[in-house]
Amino acid sequence: MGVPGGTVDVFVQQLINGLTLGSIYGLIAIGYSMVFGIIGMVNFAHGDVFMLSAFIALILFLLVTTWLGISSVALALFIVLIFGVLLTSLWGWAIERLAYRPLRGSFRLAPLISAIGVSIFLANFAQVTQGARNKPIPPMVRGIYVLFERDGYTVTISDKQIIIMATTAIVLTLFWYIVQKTPLGRAQRACEQDRRMAALLGINVDRTIALTFVFGAGLAAVAGTMHLVNYGVVSFSDGFVPGIKAFTAAVLGGIGSLPGAVLGGLIIGLIETFWSNYFDIAYKDVATFLILAIVLIFMPSGILGRPDVEKV
Amino acid sequence: MMEKRSMNAPVAAATVSPGFSAARDDAKKIGLTSILKNSGLAAGVVLLLSIPIIAYRTNQNANNELYVYSRWWLVGLFVAATFVFRFLRLSISAYRANARLAAPQEQVAGKVPGRIATSGSRILEKITPLAAIAFVTAAIAFPLVATAVTGSLGSARYWFDLGILILTYVMLGWGLNIVVGLAGLLDLGYVAFYAVGAYSYALLSTHFGLSFWICLPLAGILSAFWGIILGFPILRLRGDYLAIVTLAFGEIIRLVLVNWQEFSNGAAGISSIPRITFFGLPFSSGDGGFAATFGLTYDPMHRMVFLYYLILTLALITNIVTIRLRRLPVGRAWEALREDETACRALGINTRNTKLTAFALGAMFGGFAGSFFAVRQGLVSPESFNFMESAIILAIVVLGGMGSQIGVAIAAVVLVGAPELLRNLTFLKSVFGESFDPNEYRLVLFGLGMVAMMVWRPRGLISTREPSVTIGKRKGISAAHVKEGHG
Repeated sequence: MGVPGGTVDVFVQQLINGLTLGSIYGLIAIGYSMVFGIIGMVNFAHGDVFMLSAFIALILFLLVTTWLGISSVALALFIVLIFGVLLTSLWGWAIERLAYRPLRGSFRLAPLISAIGVSIFLANFAQVTQGARNKPIPPMVRGIYVLFERDGYTVTISDKQIIIMATTAIVLTLFWYIVQKTPLGRAQRACEQDRRMAALLGINVDRTIALTFVFGAGLAAVAGTMHLVNYGVVSFSDGFVPGIKAFTAAVLGGIGSLPGAVLGGLIIGLIETFWSNYFDIAYKDVATFLILAIVLIFMPSGILGRPDVEKV
Repeated sequence: MMEKRSMNAPVAAATVSPGFSAARDDAKKIGLTSILKNSGLAAGVVLLLSIPIIAYRTNQNANNELYVYSRWWLVGLFVAATFVFRFLRLSISAYRANARLAAPQEQVAGKVPGRIATSGSRILEKITPLAAIAFVTAAIAFPLVATAVTGSLGSARYWFDLGILILTYVMLGWGLNIVVGLAGLLDLGYVAFYAVGAYSYALLSTHFGLSFWICLPLAGILSAFWGIILGFPILRLRGDYLAIVTLAFGEIIRLVLVNWQEFSNGAAGISSIPRITFFGLPFSSGDGGFAATFGLTYDPMHRMVFLYYLILTLALITNIVTIRLRRLPVGRAWEALREDETACRALGINTRNTKLTAFALGAMFGGFAGSFFAVRQGLVSPESFNFMESAIILAIVVLGGMGSQIGVAIAAVVLVGAPELLRNLTFLKSVFGESFDPNEYRLVLFGLGMVAMMVWRPRGLISTREPSVTIGKRKGISAAHVKEGHG
C-alpha cells in the first residue's frame, strides 16, 4: 500500500518483520500448547502473564540502567532476561498453585472460568499498581543494516530484529534440550501422554504440572522482554490480543505440539504483517480471529497435532 | 510445600473416607513450627512476586521520560498480611484436624464432616423459594422506597440509574443462563448479541425513524438470527474450543463496528438516538406529552420510572419464558445436552436444533436488553461491548450457580450493585487517603472473586437443581449429582 519498490523487495522486508513478530507469538504459544497438552485446559491468563512479564522487564531495565548504572545494553538486557524469567516463572507457579490446582477434578469449565478470573485480575492488577498510561522507553538499540537496495527501496534488518530472532532461537534450543533430554522433560512428556500411568510409575504429577506452568511463564517472560525491545512500550491492556494471537498460533500448529506452536507463531506473525501490508491494516485483528475460528472449526488438530479421538 | 501437603492429608482423608483407619494412624498432631514455617514460606513467595511490580512504580516526569520510585512499605504490608492470614488459616484448620484426631472414631465417621460440608448450601436451599418472591417484591417496590427515602423523584435519580443498571445485568444474566446454565455451552461472546440489539435500535431509529416499540421485537429477531448464524459453525465444538470461538466471534463483531465507518460511525458510535416514549406519548413537558395526557405535573423523572419498570418487565419476561421452556421438551433437551452430549445423541435428540434454539433464544434476550440499553443511553459505541462485558455477564451466571434463576439475580445485584456502593463509601477515603478510588479496585476484586468462587463454590451460590419434571414430590437435587459442563 503505497510503498515504493518491487514486489520481491516488499515481500522480503515483510518476511523479516513477520518472522520477528512470529518469534514473539511462538514463545507465548508454547505456554498455551504445553498446558493444554498436559491438563487439557486453555490457560486464558497466559496472555496477561506475558503482559506482566513485559512490565517486570521494563522495571528491571529501568532499575538496571538508572540505579545500577550499567551502560552496556547487551549486559543490561541479559540481566533483565534472567531475572525477568525467574520472577515471571514464580508468578506462573503461584497462579497454578492458587487458581488451577484446587480445581483439578472439578467440572470441566471450572478451570477456564478460573483462568478468565486470573486474566481479569492480572490486567487490572497491573493497571492499579503501575497506572493506566502507556509506558514508553527510548529505543534500546538503534542499529539498522541494509541488506540490499533496489529501485530506491531498501530492505533492512535492525539490531532489535536480530536480537529478537537470535534470542528466540537460543531459548528454544535450550528449551528443546530440556524437554527432550532431561528427566524433567521426560516426566513432562510422560504426564502429557497419560497422567494416571505416569503417577503409577512414580512421577509426581502435581509437580510436573506446576513445572509446565513455570516453563510456560518463563518463555512468556522471554517474549515479554522481546516485546519491550521491539516496541519500547508497555500497557496493562497488552495481554489480551497477543494472548489470543498466540493461542491461535498454538491451535494452528496443533495444540500440544511444541514445534507446532513455534511454527504456528511464525505463520501468524507472517500473516499479520502481510495482511497489514497488502490489505486493510484496520482489520488485521479480525483476520487473526477469523483464522482462529476457521482453524478450530475445520481443522481442530492443527498442522502438526494428533487428531483428538473421543472415547465414550 | 511439603508441610502443606502433610498437613492437608489427614483433613482430606477424614472428610473423604471417615471410617478409613489407615489415614488416622498416619496422621500426626500438627505443630506450631510447621505452621510458622509454612506461613513464612507463603510470605516469602509474596515478597518475591511483588518485587518488581509492586515495590517499584514507573512514572513519567515532565520530559516524558520514565523513572521508577520505590514503595517498599506497600510490599511490607502485603507480606505481613499474607503471613498473618496464612497463619490464622492454617492454625484454624490444624486446630480442627487435631480436634478430630482426638475425638472418638464414631463421631468422626458420623456427623461432623458431612454437616460442615453441606450446612451452607442447606441454608441457601431453604431460602431459595422465599428469595424469588422477595426479589420481585423488592424490585417492584424499589422506586417507591427510593423516592420515599430521598424525598423526591428528582433526588432519587441515582438510585433509579443503579436499579436500571442492575436489572439490565439481571436480564443479560438470565439470557446467558439459557446458553451456559441450561444448555451447557460456554459462550464468551454473548456481548455480541447485546451489541446487535443496541445497534439495531440505534440504526433503525436514526435512519428510518422507527419507534422503540417496533424496534424492540426487530432487535430481538435480528439478534436471534445472528445467534443462529454464529451458532451454526460451532455446532461440532465442545467445551473450551467452543468458548474460544464464541470469544473470537464476539471480538470480530466489535472490531467490525469499530472499523466500518460508513455503517456504524466507527469508534465514535451513534449518538442522539431517539428517547423512549410511553407507547407513543413522548415524555415531554408539551401538550401531547405523557404528563399532560394523564393530568400529571411534568417531571423529567417520569421517563426514568418508566425505563425502570420496562427493564423489570423485560427481565421478568425472560425469566418466565426460561422457566416455562425448561419444562417443554426443548428445555429438557438443553439440560440433557449439558449433562451428556454423547448420551443425548444416542437417545435420538437432535443436538443441532437443541443447540441452535439455545443460542437463538439466549441471543434474542440479549438483543432485547441491547435495544433497551440503546434507548436508555441515547448513545452506543463499540467500547460498551468489549470482552470485559461478556466476562462480567458470564461471572454473574457462574456466581449465581449455572442454571439457577434466582442465583443469577442475586449475583447480578452483588456484582453490579456492590462496586457501585463501594464507590460511595467516603469513609474509605479517610482510611486510605484522598486519592483512593475504590472503583479502580473493582475489577481486581472481580477477577479474584471469580477464582475464589471456582475454588470454594464451583457450583455457584445456588447449587441445587429443581428437577423440571417429577412424579409426586418436588425435591432439590444436590450439586453432587449434577455434572454440567462435562459434555
